Amino acid sequence: MTRRLSPAALSSTTLSSTVLIYLALAGVLVIGGAAVATGGGNLFATANLVDMFTRTSLTGFLAIGMTLVILCRSLDLSVGYVAALSSLVAATTMDGDVGRIPLAIGAVLLVSGLIGGANGVFVTVLGVNPFIATLGTGLILKGYLDTEYKGPAGDVPAVFQQFGYTRIAFIPISTVVMLAVAAAAIWFLRSTRTGHHMYAVGGDLDVARMSGIRTGRVLIAAHVLCAMCAGVAGLLLAARFGTGSAEAYTNLYELDAIAAVVLGGTLLLGGKGGVAGTVAGVAILAVLDTVFNVMQIDPFAKDVLRGAVIIAAVAIYARRQLDRTARRPRFALEGRAS
Amino acid sequence: MTRSPLLAMRGIGKAFLGAPVLSEVDLTIERGEVHALVGENGAGKSTLMKILAGVHSADAGTVELDGRAVSFGHPLQAQHAGVASVFQEFNLLPELTVSENVHLGREPRRRGLIDRRAMTERTAEVLSDLGVEHLSPSAKAGSLSVAHQQITEIAKALSQGADLLCMDEPTASLADAEVELLYRLIGRLRERGVSVLYVSHRIREIFDLCDRITVLKDGRLVKCVDTTDITPDELVTAMVGRRIEAAFPDRLPGTETGEVRLRVRGGGNAWIDGIDLDVRAGEIVGLAGLQGSGRTEIAEAVFGIAPFTRGTIELDGGPVRITGPRKAIGAGIALVTEDRKAQGLALRQSVRANARMVLDANARVHSGRRLDRIPGLLSSLDLVSRGDDQEVRFLSGGNQQKVVVAKWLAAEPGVIVLDEPTRGIDVGAKHKLYSVIRSLAAEGLAVLLIASELIEVIGLADRIVVLHDGSIAGELPGGATEQDVMAYATGRRSAEAGPA
Repeated sequence: MTRRLSPAALSSTTLSSTVLIYLALAGVLVIGGAAVATGGGNLFATANLVDMFTRTSLTGFLAIGMTLVILCRSLDLSVGYVAALSSLVAATTMDGDVGRIPLAIGAVLLVSGLIGGANGVFVTVLGVNPFIATLGTGLILKGYLDTEYKGPAGDVPAVFQQFGYTRIAFIPISTVVMLAVAAAAIWFLRSTRTGHHMYAVGGDLDVARMSGIRTGRVLIAAHVLCAMCAGVAGLLLAARFGTGSAEAYTNLYELDAIAAVVLGGTLLLGGKGGVAGTVAGVAILAVLDTVFNVMQIDPFAKDVLRGAVIIAAVAIYARRQLDRTARRPRFALEGRAS
Repeated sequence: MTRSPLLAMRGIGKAFLGAPVLSEVDLTIERGEVHALVGENGAGKSTLMKILAGVHSADAGTVELDGRAVSFGHPLQAQHAGVASVFQEFNLLPELTVSENVHLGREPRRRGLIDRRAMTERTAEVLSDLGVEHLSPSAKAGSLSVAHQQITEIAKALSQGADLLCMDEPTASLADAEVELLYRLIGRLRERGVSVLYVSHRIREIFDLCDRITVLKDGRLVKCVDTTDITPDELVTAMVGRRIEAAFPDRLPGTETGEVRLRVRGGGNAWIDGIDLDVRAGEIVGLAGLQGSGRTEIAEAVFGIAPFTRGTIELDGGPVRITGPRKAIGAGIALVTEDRKAQGLALRQSVRANARMVLDANARVHSGRRLDRIPGLLSSLDLVSRGDDQEVRFLSGGNQQKVVVAKWLAAEPGVIVLDEPTRGIDVGAKHKLYSVIRSLAAEGLAVLLIASELIEVIGLADRIVVLHDGSIAGELPGGATEQDVMAYATGRRSAEAGPA
């Protein structure tokens, strides 16, 4: 009997924080809807829904990958540059030829995967702090993009541009693909050893190592997958612009992605969280942006509000986390000191 | 027929930074035996266990497991050879479930993917083998009691097929009912033929549980006896042994014991309870007790790091509320912490910056006159450095400690708490500190001294307050025997007129 009960107990404990985030999303939708309604608008009009969903896909790809590295207690600040580079690789490889689309996708995944691998090696083998290592990678990419690509380059065939624009009812294809990638990531974290071990690596590196986990490989895998997600984001950029754009990095997508991951309840210190929460975090940001857009709030106030929401959310998580640490036995300290 | 024992360690030696911690220690454990490893703080028990677990490697000696010579360079090698260890600090991930923790790094797979059902079932099997069916495999480790976390670690060890389970002070953080559970569990292990190395200094548990006892003292083997061949009193004597009298400076002439400067009544918080303590001007009061008995917790409560939540503190007769270190410093309390490098010093700053730190950071004690005294203080402590600009991380342990002491004396405190002031410092610096402590008392400070080395407390303190399990177990005059102190500290004797 007890064994029958346990899977239910498992899902209820792991879901509780995820459920909380989706409740927060529902709350944001209700409040946003009400705010828009007082101005005489309808947040749930088709045009607004399309706007909302369209906003989720790009940040979504980046945030899913970012979740993996943050779970490992790492970080990737280069994803915006990787996405920009990927859009160029995609557009110049396709060069208007439909037949070269598969080749372009392969090239993007290869290039982005290699950059992620380099990030992973910097962090694990060279022991460079991930913040600095990926910032450095980002700057190197920026330098390359700035000198090699003064303007848009390449040509994306119309067929591939559909990835950027086609919708099923009010849901863009890109959002569907993003959700599929999210589902794959959830499955990966839960059902593969490498994915499962990401929680251990981020939770406590020593415990992971003492349990026989090859921590370096796990971290490198997270960085490779994160960069490949950025590559997919770059494909989407190419599809939307119809060309490769180096300028894309100026939008600081990496910060949106980190904000979404943190909003989604993944601990910046690693070891706790997941992709389901990240998707909700992405959605919350998208809803906020749409609401600000519909209400025509000026850009400055918009950024202030976004920042305030993110800080408030993280402050709430921090409080929950404090209670948790206070309950840890104190004897660990004493043991360590001797 | 002589069958080789499960484990035979012979002639084990180990030194840290040139200081010998173990020399020529032997330890043999038979199959299915519960073997106690006992000794005072610093006797080398934990080091020996860590060598066995592959955390440290021995400098000398051999280890044989099942008759085969082994040498563990990494904890994983020990685990694969069948030696599992449960340390005081647990190796669990709080965000993962019991079954995920038990199988971490060895998750069962089906078609290449993690088989969670098998993981849960196998964990439930191990747990029911251990007689703890009520512990759910899907509970998060971080939500469990300390006892259940410990059981999770034991389950992890067993699921790896361990033949020998080493436990370091397993009852140190358990409540009485939980200790019973651990007893039953060890009984089960014995039935299954698993050997247990039980590191402890709790006399009662050793006699309840163990078949044989190995006694260490000062890093050397004293004896290995069957539990039936020794009485508790004899065991304590063996642990304490006879020591070469250390030379402690005498009480300085002119030292007068005056009014009570620090008075605690009914002090308690999450870790300690019912603490009644008086320290008079000119008096050195020693706090003795085993690791985890609450010595450091009293120091931290008096200094406001983890304040008392119950009871009162009076300084020089007036009630004070110490809610944090700044309050304590302002009220004239100083604390030399036990962890010099992490808590006592800014390692990459200069001698001068460190010595000024307390004055610079606290306006209530800052004054030009006190700043001017610092160079004199440092030289009176015989500090050896390449000048006041040298970064303290380049100083020896003893000289680092002198800087810590100087930074506190600069604030001219009325009460000074010294937590393990001589840990990890050389003999010369130790003796210098001993005479500094004596002179502080002569100047009328109230001194509260915490030391794991019993001989220090006995040699320096005017009175010794002995703690056990977070409460005061008894009080002894200075110069009491180690046996008397240990009797209180191990809980075999409790205060006749014990505080409520």
